[in-house]
Formats: sequence, C-alpha cells, structure tokens
Amino acid sequence: MKIHEYQGKELFDRMGVPTAKGKVCRSVEEVLSAYEELGLKKAVVKAQVLTGGRGKAGGIKIGENREEVAAAAKAILGMEIKGLLVDRVMVAEAVEIASEYYFSFAVDRNSKSVVMILSREGGVEIEEVAAKTPEKIEKIPIFPFVGIPDFLAKKAAAILFDDWKLVMQGKVMIQNLYKLMVETDASLVEVNPLVVTKDGRLIALDAKLNFDDNALFRQPEIESLFEPDEEEKREQEAKANGFSFVHLGGEIGCMVNGAGLAMATMDLIKLYGGKPANFLDIGGSSNPRKVIEAMKLLLSDKDVKVVLINIFGGITRCDDVARGLITAFNEIKTDIPIVIRLTGTNEKEGRKLLEGTPFHSAETMGDAIKKAVALV
Amino acid sequence: MVQGITGRDGGFHASKMRDYGTRIVGGTSPGKGGTTHDGFNVYNTVVETVKETGADTTIIFVPAPFVKDAIMEAADGGIKLIIVITEGVPTLDFIAARHYATALGARIIGPNCPGLISPGKSLVGIMPGNIFTPGRTGVISRSGTLTYEVVYNLTLAGIGQSTAVGIGGDPVSGLYFIDLLQMFQGDPETDSIVMIGEIGGDAEERAAAYIKEHVTKPVFSFIAGQSAPADKRMGHAGAIISSGTGTAKEKIAALEAAGVTVLNEPADIPAKIKAVV
Repeated sequence: MKIHEYQGKELFDRMGVPTAKGKVCRSVEEVLSAYEELGLKKAVVKAQVLTGGRGKAGGIKIGENREEVAAAAKAILGMEIKGLLVDRVMVAEAVEIASEYYFSFAVDRNSKSVVMILSREGGVEIEEVAAKTPEKIEKIPIFPFVGIPDFLAKKAAAILFDDWKLVMQGKVMIQNLYKLMVETDASLVEVNPLVVTKDGRLIALDAKLNFDDNALFRQPEIESLFEPDEEEKREQEAKANGFSFVHLGGEIGCMVNGAGLAMATMDLIKLYGGKPANFLDIGGSSNPRKVIEAMKLLLSDKDVKVVLINIFGGITRCDDVARGLITAFNEIKTDIPIVIRLTGTNEKEGRKLLEGTPFHSAETMGDAIKKAVALV
Repeated sequence: MVQGITGRDGGFHASKMRDYGTRIVGGTSPGKGGTTHDGFNVYNTVVETVKETGADTTIIFVPAPFVKDAIMEAADGGIKLIIVITEGVPTLDFIAARHYATALGARIIGPNCPGLISPGKSLVGIMPGNIFTPGRTGVISRSGTLTYEVVYNLTLAGIGQSTAVGIGGDPVSGLYFIDLLQMFQGDPETDSIVMIGEIGGDAEERAAAYIKEHVTKPVFSFIAGQSAPADKRMGHAGAIISSGTGTAKEKIAALEAAGVTVLNEPADIPAKIKAVV
C-alpha cells in the first residue's frame, strides 16, 4: 500500500525527522492561506499523486513570490499525471540546497532482512545509479533484534557526510526513520532527495512510504490512509472475499486456485490463441461462499464469453469447490458456457458431485484450456 | 508435530499426513494440552511436545498474527526443520523470526507454502499425496498448485519424484532455490531437477547463476506469468514485475544461458526429462 508524500511527511514530522515546512491544500485559496500561515517566501508546489515522475510531468513548480505560487498551484491542481487527477498539492518552503543524497530502508529478499540503502548521488532515479554506478550505492543489512545502534547509525551517516555535525544529525534521522519503518510495518521508507541546505540543515525533501499489506490488520491508522483507485477498489473487494483479482480485458474468465497456477493458466490461454479476461486466484481455503462470490465477479464482466475453472486441490478440497459451484449456479442463472477442471484432494467426490450438471468437464489443464478457447 | 493442530486446516492436514505415512507425534493448541484431537495428542507448548515425543520437525498452521511467535517457539524448543503453511504473515515478523530460528540452527520452509514431500516416505505439507509417486526427479517451486500441476504431469508420464518442495511466494522466505539446488545436487536419490519459477524478484536469475557454477544434474524449468502485464501484482507478493528484473523473458534467458531447459507448458516437461535422463 502506498501513501501520498504529504502523509509521509506527517509521519516524518511526528517521528522527529526534519522536513521542509509545508501543508497540503485542495484549492488555490488554500494554497495562498497556507503560504501566509507558514510565512513562506520562495515556495514549491508539488502535485500529490500516487505515482512517480511528478517532476517530469510538470507536477512540481517553484514560485518566487505569492503570485507565482498561486499560478503554480492553478497550473498543477486539476492536471493529470499518468492518468491520475491531481486534486491536492503540497505547498512548502523552497529550501536552498547545498547537496543532495539518497536514503532508504527497504525489505531485501536476498539478505532476508531490512536493508539501509545510501548514496551520495541523491535527487536522481536510484535505479539508474544502481545500473550505471553500483559502487556509489551502499547497502547495510539490519539485524532485526538489534536494530540500529548508535555506532551503526554514525557509520551509515558517515557514508553520506564528511562533516561531523551532519553525521550526528544524520544518525538521529536514521534511527528515527528505522523506528518509523518498524512501528508502521513499512516495506519501504525512502528519502530522495535527502538534502543539506545552504544554512547547514539536514532535511528530508521527499517522503515515499510503502506498507506491508499483510500487516495492515494491526495498522489501522495506516490503513485509513489508503486511497484505492477504481481498479484497486475492485481488487480490494475481491480481497475482502478472500481472493485476488486483476482485470485483463479478454474473453475467457478464469477462476483458479493459487497465483502460480492462475498465471500458468493465463499463459496457456494465450499460447492456445485465447485471451484471458482476468487473473483470479480464489486462494488457499475451500469456503463455498468464496466460489459464489468469485463467480459473481467473473460474470459481472460483460466481455466474458466463457468461464474456465481450473482447480487443483491441495488445501482447497475439490468437493467443497464442486458444492460451491453447484450452489453458485443455482443462484446465478447464466447461459455462458463453463469449463471445469478439478484435480487433487477429494477429486473423485468433486467430480461425482458435478455429474449431470451442464458444466463442460475436463481432466487436464491443457484439455480444459483448449475447450474454453474453442467455446469463445 | 503440528502447531495449530486443533484448527480446521491444521486438523484436516494432520490426519491427511498421518494417512500418507508421516509420523505425526502430536501438536500444540495452547489451553487444550492434555486432550486429544482426532487421535493426536495435544500439548500446550512446543517444548512440552518435544519433551514428550521427541519431535524434530514442525508444520505451522496458526493464524498469520501468531506465526512469528510460533516459529521462535519451535526453534527455542529444539525443532530443526520448520515448515510454515500460513499465508499473510507480516514481512517484518518473518524477518525477525527467521533471524531467531537461524541463530538456533533451525531451517525454515515457507511461509505461504505447500510444504514438502518425499513420495512414498513422508509428507510434511498440504500437498495432495495421491498425485505423487516415488522416483528420482527433485522438484522445487515458488508456487503451490502449479507444483501439483507439474507433478501430476510427471506422475502420469511415469516419472517419479525424489522430493518436492514448495518454497512459498512471499517477499522473504526461508530455504530458497539455491539452498535446495545445492541439496538436490548432493542427493544420491535425485538424477534430475525441475524448478518452477514465476515473475517477480530475481531468485530465478540468481538460481541460474548458481546452476551454471555448481549444478551438473539436468535442470528443467517452467516460469509462470509470461503473459502477465507489467507492474500488476498477481496474488503472490512475489509475483510483481519491477523495472529491470523480474520479467519472465529475463528469467528464461538467464536460465537458458545456464543450460536449463525451459518449457512453454507444464505438460511438456516429462517428455524432455525422458529425452535427457
């Protein structure tokens, strides 16, 4: 889950991580009153959208005075960045930058830990730095039960700064950012750029945070910040029913258990000349209610001409799936042909339950997909 | 032993594993110690279970918020192999629990995985045992049901399996491709290896580099998600394509460069194995 920069800034402020003075606004009037209230002179207006590349898209502008700031806000509010409407901006002090750095905490699959990532090359795409000059990036894995002791925070800060005063400021910032990461179950806390101002202050000039969806159950405050777009809403609804869904726009609606098998099913549909309508993983348990909700979701897509159900039973029992399907089709009358392939735990019971129903039954995945493609 | 043996899934699969021939000596369910469940002895704690039964392996079914503690409890109790079936475990919980367990010399498979099986011998997982058959092909997979699909095809074609391991699809997991490739390479009961990967991360690329240097047994692979659109998350936390690495194309290229035979369709794997082994 992602949040806006201004929400990240609020979390930084609360954790004592220094940021530039600023405020989120939804209109030019609000921008102007924030401008007065914060006592700003030269100020920056930044679009608040959940995507990268704001600067390149013209979503970040600097104004030297009140009039220029108003003009910047007027230009940015209402614009679209990568298809997302800008409905709010952050107006903030435009600090005089002396130097820029990159800093983040991220979850690293390979070291199986949180890593601290630092670079003196700040303010640019870190992926580019990593590709061109990997020697300019330092990674420090963090021991979870140790966290970041003083020595480590100082060692890390000294990678960025030569001046001892800045090292000591950096040490506190690093420890506070780590605390934020752990306390909010973040999967990414990124400051790019981290800047030193001409008057020697260390400031987090951006705040990018991602959170672990698996931990939202214990992070109600973070969860309340979630602003799903249309597609995410549909995916969220699916998730509430215990499955994951991605709309793809083809004609063969798929219901599969397990993400890997669902992807392989999509791959094979394409290989056999069909177009998958969606990715739908009904997950690892076998609640018949889930199957009904999944069928309703598939049939709500008017492009779907055939439904393909590919279930390989491990933790999901085939007889439960069959019962769910029968219940579902007693509830939802449809003329759309349904191809079903059930294999695995309790497959015999499952297939027996489906005997005498109008479903097209198939034993192997290849057969099922060929049948579905032929029925489009 | 089974942690969470009185739960719906824990109880169901405990009896499935027993039916398969696995020595399930009991399990835990805090507060229900001293009772029995479906013929299994129930204990309050891992340490008590180990003391009473000598269990050396655990399979965890407890709900996600309790998995961190369950892993650490198992490692503290002297368990050396910990299989975590539960899905939805917070990443930072797993990172901490894994560090703790590793320090105590325990190994973890999972979380969010189907477990492992040595066909004809033992099943510690939720895999449907009936689709497996004993043999000499090792199977490693990031996916659950896709593993069954591949194994089912192997079995139908008369190719048995030495051991099959589902390593799980979470961002951070216990034993991974390289650990298992190393074990299969050293396993006298394994002649060939099937590796089932999927889009996201760079585990397959790393595995390819390892295979090139250290694996002499033939390796066959299928990568799921070749048709997935970029930047779309497909269920697994792992199954997301990030810029630069993680696409099916990149993974397949890396594997082929390491001498791995990559197939377009799971059903094509058996014939290729027969041709080589």
